[in-house]
Amino acid sequence: MSRVRVLVGTRKGAFILGADASRKSWKVEGPLFAGWEIYHLKGSPADPDRIYASQSSSWFGQVMHRSNDGGKTWETVGNQFNYEGAVGPHKWYDGSPHPYEFKRVWHLEPSLHDPDTVYAGVEDASLFKSADAGQTWEELPALRTHSTAAEWAPGAGGLCLHTIIQDPSNKDRMYIAISAAGAFRTDDGGKSWKPINKGLRSNYIPDQDAEVGHCVHHMAMHPSKPGVLFMQKHWDVLRTDNGGDQWREISGELPSDFGFVIDVNSNNPDTLYVVPIKSDQLHFVPDGKLRVYRSKTGDGDWEALTKGLPQQDCYVNVLRDAMAVDQLDPCGVYFGTSGGQVYGSADDGNSWTSIVRDLPGVLSVEVQTLK
Amino acid sequence: MIRVELPGNLQTLAGTGRSVELEVTGTATQRSVLDALEKRYPSLLGTVRDANTKRRRPMVRFFACEEDLSDESPDAPLPPEVISGKEPFLIIGAIAGG
Repeated sequence: MSRVRVLVGTRKGAFILGADASRKSWKVEGPLFAGWEIYHLKGSPADPDRIYASQSSSWFGQVMHRSNDGGKTWETVGNQFNYEGAVGPHKWYDGSPHPYEFKRVWHLEPSLHDPDTVYAGVEDASLFKSADAGQTWEELPALRTHSTAAEWAPGAGGLCLHTIIQDPSNKDRMYIAISAAGAFRTDDGGKSWKPINKGLRSNYIPDQDAEVGHCVHHMAMHPSKPGVLFMQKHWDVLRTDNGGDQWREISGELPSDFGFVIDVNSNNPDTLYVVPIKSDQLHFVPDGKLRVYRSKTGDGDWEALTKGLPQQDCYVNVLRDAMAVDQLDPCGVYFGTSGGQVYGSADDGNSWTSIVRDLPGVLSVEVQTLK
Repeated sequence: MIRVELPGNLQTLAGTGRSVELEVTGTATQRSVLDALEKRYPSLLGTVRDANTKRRRPMVRFFACEEDLSDESPDAPLPPEVISGKEPFLIIGAIAGG
């Protein structure tokens, strides 16, 4: 019988939530790495026992962990992320040049095919790759040295590369997103990168439809439609049908089109989920109501999903990597909040339960569907 | 033997208690003590000082004998009480809440 394993990164450690395919009764394990910020954990699609974890601290820096047994035991692996060659400046918040400096790993993306290969998106923004299960890391420098890089500026969370999407139909194609630079695509395995931000408009940059400078918060793709991407930008929800060459807004009548998470139903590539957040100043849900919004067409028509979610006096945030879907049918959808709740739905989002209510603030949620 | 006391997060990472004892060859300095610490507990590489530059991380402090040694030369001998093992060399996470 299938089961699911939900990997939760929080501000003070990691937790592993497990359930069988009914997804009704949950076992909570943790905290792992207690006291440390766990920006992200993710399992290998090629070997679900292989899990990578990014552990960091403003005091003690970046530490990387690897598990070879599904999270039962962990070992430290390499934590040296050295930019290759000359390091140029990026823009600081006030527009002045600011030197690149490695701060932390935001996102880990294990290869679709090889459990020993994993990509890391880091702050200050760059993409690293390990081909030896995390022991050593090499930068793919063509992104950081892109001709537009001096124009990239940090969002409130820092100049972070937070989204990495591999195209399952083309091993040389990959999409990434940086706050606040925008989305980029490589078609040659990372040797070169193209900004893919046509159709984005952002009122916090002088040229609102500039080639770069957009604060993309997250992107999602269904593997059966690798040319279709969905984006939650700082403001605006967008869609592309041609691998990012052109985007169009699909915010429709959302109560706010500001937000962080976006994800696609595993069984229906046109069904997507967002969690509207009131604004960039407030960073909590509108009207005191925690609502997931679902579009079944992926094209601007939205319905609020509220059953089982707090509908009064709720003022949490849901961060960009804190939503995930499982591979079961109906699709399970999971998200974590700044208030430490992890909610799950076992029926495509129609109803929700709190799997756990009182964790430290949640930074990331991933899920593995296990045989 | 040099006694080194670690902050809680590094105890968790290294799998130690609060205090570890290290054999240091030659003159005990910040550098030689940290070299010995990282050799014995490789998971601490990069957490107390930058792995490349060997500079102390900005939010880490070094105390001993009621003195702040953070800005001393990494090659200056540690106080005799630390070298004799009477007093510990304290690695401290700068207080900043959280």
